[in-house]
Amino acid sequence: MAETIRKPVSDPGMDEPARKLSVDKIEKIIRWVIEKEADARLETYVETCTHCGLCSEACHYYLSYKRDPSYSPVSKVRYTLSDMLKRKGRVDGETVKTYARIAYTECNLCRRCSMYCPFGIDISYLLSLVRRICGLLNVAPQYLQDNTNSHIHTFTQSWVGQDDYVDTVQFIEEELRMEIKNARIPLDKAGAEFMYAPHSHEVTFKTHLLANMAKILNVAGVSWTMPSEDGWENTNQAMHAGYYETMGMIEKKHFEAAFRLKVKKILAGECGHAFRAAVYDGTRWLSWKNPPVTYISAVQFFYELIRDGKIKVAKKIQEPVTLQEPCSFVRNRGLGDMLRYVIKATCEDFIDVKPNYEHNYCCCAGGGVINYGPPWKFVRMEGGRTKIKQLKDTGARIVIAPCHSCHKTIEEMSDFYKLGWHVLFANELLVKTMEIPEGIKATQE
Amino acid sequence: MYEFLTSIELYRFLKGPMVWIAFIVFIGGSIFRICSLMSRAKGSKVLYPYLSVKYSLRSIFHWVIPFASTNMRKRPWITSITFLFHSCLIFTPIFLFAHNMLVRESWNIRWWTLPERTADAMTLIVVFCIVFFLLRRFIAPEVRYVTSASDYIILGTVAAPFISGYLAFHQVFFDYRFMVNIHILSGEVMLMAIPFTRLSHMLFFWFTRAYTGSEFGAVRHSRDF
Repeated sequence: MAETIRKPVSDPGMDEPARKLSVDKIEKIIRWVIEKEADARLETYVETCTHCGLCSEACHYYLSYKRDPSYSPVSKVRYTLSDMLKRKGRVDGETVKTYARIAYTECNLCRRCSMYCPFGIDISYLLSLVRRICGLLNVAPQYLQDNTNSHIHTFTQSWVGQDDYVDTVQFIEEELRMEIKNARIPLDKAGAEFMYAPHSHEVTFKTHLLANMAKILNVAGVSWTMPSEDGWENTNQAMHAGYYETMGMIEKKHFEAAFRLKVKKILAGECGHAFRAAVYDGTRWLSWKNPPVTYISAVQFFYELIRDGKIKVAKKIQEPVTLQEPCSFVRNRGLGDMLRYVIKATCEDFIDVKPNYEHNYCCCAGGGVINYGPPWKFVRMEGGRTKIKQLKDTGARIVIAPCHSCHKTIEEMSDFYKLGWHVLFANELLVKTMEIPEGIKATQE
Repeated sequence: MYEFLTSIELYRFLKGPMVWIAFIVFIGGSIFRICSLMSRAKGSKVLYPYLSVKYSLRSIFHWVIPFASTNMRKRPWITSITFLFHSCLIFTPIFLFAHNMLVRESWNIRWWTLPERTADAMTLIVVFCIVFFLLRRFIAPEVRYVTSASDYIILGTVAAPFISGYLAFHQVFFDYRFMVNIHILSGEVMLMAIPFTRLSHMLFFWFTRAYTGSEFGAVRHSRDF
């Protein structure tokens, strides 16, 4: 079969390490992962797949690139893992780069294809193995490697030091008091019911999200806290890079923060992959079957607040809204109904997407793709065409996207394709519409 | 060579000891493959702990009933052909009159048999379906792109006993003895190939589905169909 044509991309995180690799080193790593680390699924999947191609239409890349067969899930496995197995791991650095490009930039690990494969082959597991191999060989997008380095040094993905974090939290608390009387963001409150775990962007350039969350928690009168020390952030880009040792270290620190504060539950912000890392990948790497502390997502939390009447909606949004269902919350957690409950409670005119629930398309930013920086932005813009079409079909101009990756990429796509959409997090929905009881409103002096 | 292939000695060998060999390899090989899969799975932290009988069955159920899953409904032609193919492939040899006669002669066990015309039609269905799969491998870009030699060999392995069986029964084109020998031989080759080639999807289907069904249903609270 002819070589697939892809536009050349220069990424120092992939080009330079690939040049320095020897065939022996590559062989050693590939064999170690395949023989020692991979489980029974690898062999069974590779032998069971009959190359029927029925997974193709599940993939948004395949659809976005006009049914180019090289983007079908089966071909991504065939030209990475199956190729390694066939060549017994003896490949050169350039080939590893090709594997890396497929596994990192042409798959979002969204698991939609598993639902379309007649055997239920977990193709994203196979591509994760490819990422693992490339990660161990240090051939990964530079920006993703940078995120991982940041995790190692600061336990956050974007180089936020503990001092900056505490300072920002206190600043947000002070600002919030302009609206809510005696508003608190309680740091290190032992025995609280919830420990709020945000994305580090919530204390850098999207501080209004942390402010929103604090506002909701204050209005609902929930007992909550945030740790003042490392482990407060719950994202985990090391999981996407294939640096599983680092992934485990991050989750351990995160859970330890919860143990130290003796909280009952961890409340995760609206970040899909962070939830996935904490509940599945990281937890399993650390040999727990389920997270050692009850882990609930913001989506479920908001649903419970509205259901129990702790948050009352004052005025619903009138314009038509639609929804981007993050894979980590819906396909991989079944929160589709709770999400719709929250939207219907706060919006008058909700237009559902098609296909929806677990069949929804990935936004094309998942699996770390959102973080690869400028060299790979085109991947999201082009691969996201299926998503754009799906959302466009609803006719709504407000898109609810309760996940940092989905939110950012849809906002960027809206800009790129000049659609003028307004993209909202679920917490923004609540803050826009909820009722703030008179008693706790700050009095302006 | 032709003489050897038409010989009664070969026929006796294929009909006698070779049948035993083929079944021993098929059954023994299958047990071996399943046991080694299960023992390898023990080393993983994510397989056994999450298995759930309820969701395994739910997943299998939705993928063995025609049109019970979304992807099947999206592709009605492929679904119909695939189900027709697999049912004819499995049931024709088991309920074929001539096969049952052989079993009856050897052990005096008998079971329900298919009328000759039905069995004939079912054989043709299998052959036509294989032709369809072959054409699909050439024509559909997403399939052609990932097709390798082994995919054709497997189709050939499955087609051979049905084509030769059909020709032997109708006694056309070739000498009957020759065709029967080829038929029995290719049938035995197919049986022996099941555990060691991609045909092993017959064995592994249940396991891959059980895992994915459990992971989707019991752990991630969503559906895989």
